[in-house]
Amino acid sequence: MSTKTLAVAAIALAAIATAGAAQARDQIRIVGSSTVYPFSTAVAEAFGKAGKFKTPVVESTGSGGGLRLFCSGVGPDFPDVANSSRRIKASEVEFCGKNGVTAITEMKIGYDGIVLASSKKAKPINLTRQQLFMALAKDVPQGGKLVPNPYQKWNQIDPSLPDAKIVVLGPPPTSGTRDAFVELVMETGAEKFPELVELKKADAKAFQKAYSAIREDGGYIEAGENDNLIVQKLEANTAIFGIFGYSFLDQNGDKVQGATIEGNQPTFDNIAAGKYTVSRPLFFYVKKAHVGQIAGIKEFVGEFASEKAWGKSGYLADKGLIPMPDAERKEWAAKAAGLADLKM
Amino acid sequence: MTDMAEITAAPAAAQAAARTDVIARRLARRHAAERRFRAIGIGAVVVSVAFLGTLLFNILSNGFGALLQTRILLDVAFDPAVMDIGERRDADSLAAADYGGLVKAAMAARFPEVASRGEKRELNALLSNGAGDALRRMVQDDPRIIGTTRPIWLIASSDLDMAVKGIMPRQAGAEGLRFSERQLAWIGKLEAEGALARQFNTRLFTAGDSREPELAGLLGAIVGSAFSLGITLLICFPIGVATAVYLEEFAPKNRWTDLIEVNINNLAAVPSVVFGLLGLAIFLNTFGLPRSAPLVGGLVLALISLPTIIIAGRAALKAVPPSIRQAAMGLGASKLQTVTDHVLPLAMPGMLTGTILGMAHALGETAPLLMIGMVAFIVDIPAGPLDPAAVLPVQVYLWSDSPERGFVEKTSAAIIVLLVFLSLMNLAAIWLRKKFERRW
Repeated sequence: MSTKTLAVAAIALAAIATAGAAQARDQIRIVGSSTVYPFSTAVAEAFGKAGKFKTPVVESTGSGGGLRLFCSGVGPDFPDVANSSRRIKASEVEFCGKNGVTAITEMKIGYDGIVLASSKKAKPINLTRQQLFMALAKDVPQGGKLVPNPYQKWNQIDPSLPDAKIVVLGPPPTSGTRDAFVELVMETGAEKFPELVELKKADAKAFQKAYSAIREDGGYIEAGENDNLIVQKLEANTAIFGIFGYSFLDQNGDKVQGATIEGNQPTFDNIAAGKYTVSRPLFFYVKKAHVGQIAGIKEFVGEFASEKAWGKSGYLADKGLIPMPDAERKEWAAKAAGLADLKM
Repeated sequence: MTDMAEITAAPAAAQAAARTDVIARRLARRHAAERRFRAIGIGAVVVSVAFLGTLLFNILSNGFGALLQTRILLDVAFDPAVMDIGERRDADSLAAADYGGLVKAAMAARFPEVASRGEKRELNALLSNGAGDALRRMVQDDPRIIGTTRPIWLIASSDLDMAVKGIMPRQAGAEGLRFSERQLAWIGKLEAEGALARQFNTRLFTAGDSREPELAGLLGAIVGSAFSLGITLLICFPIGVATAVYLEEFAPKNRWTDLIEVNINNLAAVPSVVFGLLGLAIFLNTFGLPRSAPLVGGLVLALISLPTIIIAGRAALKAVPPSIRQAAMGLGASKLQTVTDHVLPLAMPGMLTGTILGMAHALGETAPLLMIGMVAFIVDIPAGPLDPAAVLPVQVYLWSDSPERGFVEKTSAAIIVLLVFLSLMNLAAIWLRKKFERRW
């Protein structure tokens, strides 16, 4: 009995395998950033509901991983669109080119704010990026040279800050949010120190190493990629802080509050107006060679670039995306319509 | 040795007393040790039961909320002019009709005093933007309702659902309130008139994934899990049984079979994510099978559960007494006849139990599926093992990572569904064992 079943299974498997290899794809495949994922999926769902095309499949692989898959080749086995929470790097464009992915359209979709949040029950806190650098860097300049971070409590950095141990829950190094936080907060914060500015002039690599190293003595705790977990921990302990994207603050406004950074609260209006400094643009990239091969790519880009999606009161704003200003939206919508080539 | 010498030297009575004393002390010590051991054992059981209890209580208390869903009762007039279909009644026109418009018109009829654009926007925000989907289904089922007016319970927005369930605040002036004063007044009015109620959430079991918590369902993941496990069973049951039978009944005992045996045992302990990488390299890159397909998921899961099934199968074969084999052989049966007619039927309940437990293990896997693209946002319900699909544990993972508050209870609900399936599989294993097992 077992041998017969085995034979049947083997034949069935072989049949399915050949069928699978021969089958072409009839829906768009999207990979990339977990930050863009909530927006990309919302557009994919609306696009699928319109009924003309199948709902695109969206995978959350992280920006780097997504662009790597995207750049691996042309054909139905490779994704059509890559989401990214940072701009594509020159090295990635080169890698793309090597695999025949030469024509790429770049689309900016809006902005995302990164917030330092604490429990609603804690006292509101007002910080500068320099203070954040002092709280979170592995080494800080003191007396002309870098020493291991001596600050254990917030009020050691500045007497106006609370008398509490520095504990910040944040994303691990694989996360795009971490990259953006390092670039937007740590780098700018480091540039406030004359010693580090001189280091930057003398040895840019050493400077980068100095600002991107986050302390490992318990002041900064890598909390994984699950931001809901950080929100729960903040709720349980009023003395600690967490780093995550604006959409989580927006959804949990009754539990957590965002720290004021350089005088500005992380609110929708402040991020949109560019006043809240810790914000970054979000992108997606389209493989032009697949347009016309895979049904619906052009229409999907059109859906993303429509006012009802990325506009001021579009459905992406409800999901926590900060829309671009009117003029910028118009400019990118024109690029979307023409599927303009990426220029580095 | 000196103790012994002294004891022998002492008078006989004192010697006997000393010996009882020593024995009594030793006995007390041994009894104390046994009591300690029992206390530690009971403590361990209490701790693990407490952990399990807290976990289950937490999931159940969070998840049962998601079985109910807030809906709003509205009189919906199926007006062909609002639906924008005129006299057409063909399937395409009915599918593309403006059902969102019907919902908005019904809401406007309920609150005729609302006039300005901004106010209307706020009013419509109380309903889910998928509220019209139910109307589409009704019209497609029976186009004759066009032109009539029906009272229909429509799905409310997730924010309203959360507020009604008391998970998010709804008092005027509360921190983090997501409603305006006007909206609160409308909600109060609907509630007072009995047009706002919690009803069973059918979408949870009939819809695919969605980015809106009130619309998201598990059907896509359940079907995806069923396809994956079906493929897994199809592959690993015959291969597992054939391997176990050959190794146990036919294979000569030599260095090669020993090596194979050791490796099968080692494979059972390999972390599952490694099998995911293997699947990516072989099934996707070499064979060119599609990403996110349950076929590939099933193949990878088969690799993971195969060692378990082989080991359980061999144990079941070993448990069949040699006398059965000798009796069959003695009556002139060939080796193959002995195995297929006598040994295998007796070992089958044990093998099935092992298979079901292996499958239950496979049902809970997420890590290997990450590599082959099954951790993805997939809305359409898969129609075959080649369509992209997620599986239940992946759905739990994806929902737990979503910012929308409504997904917190959805995550627990998905865990409950997963646990129900796991319990059913384990119960099936127990039932099979009880019903068919034979003792010697």
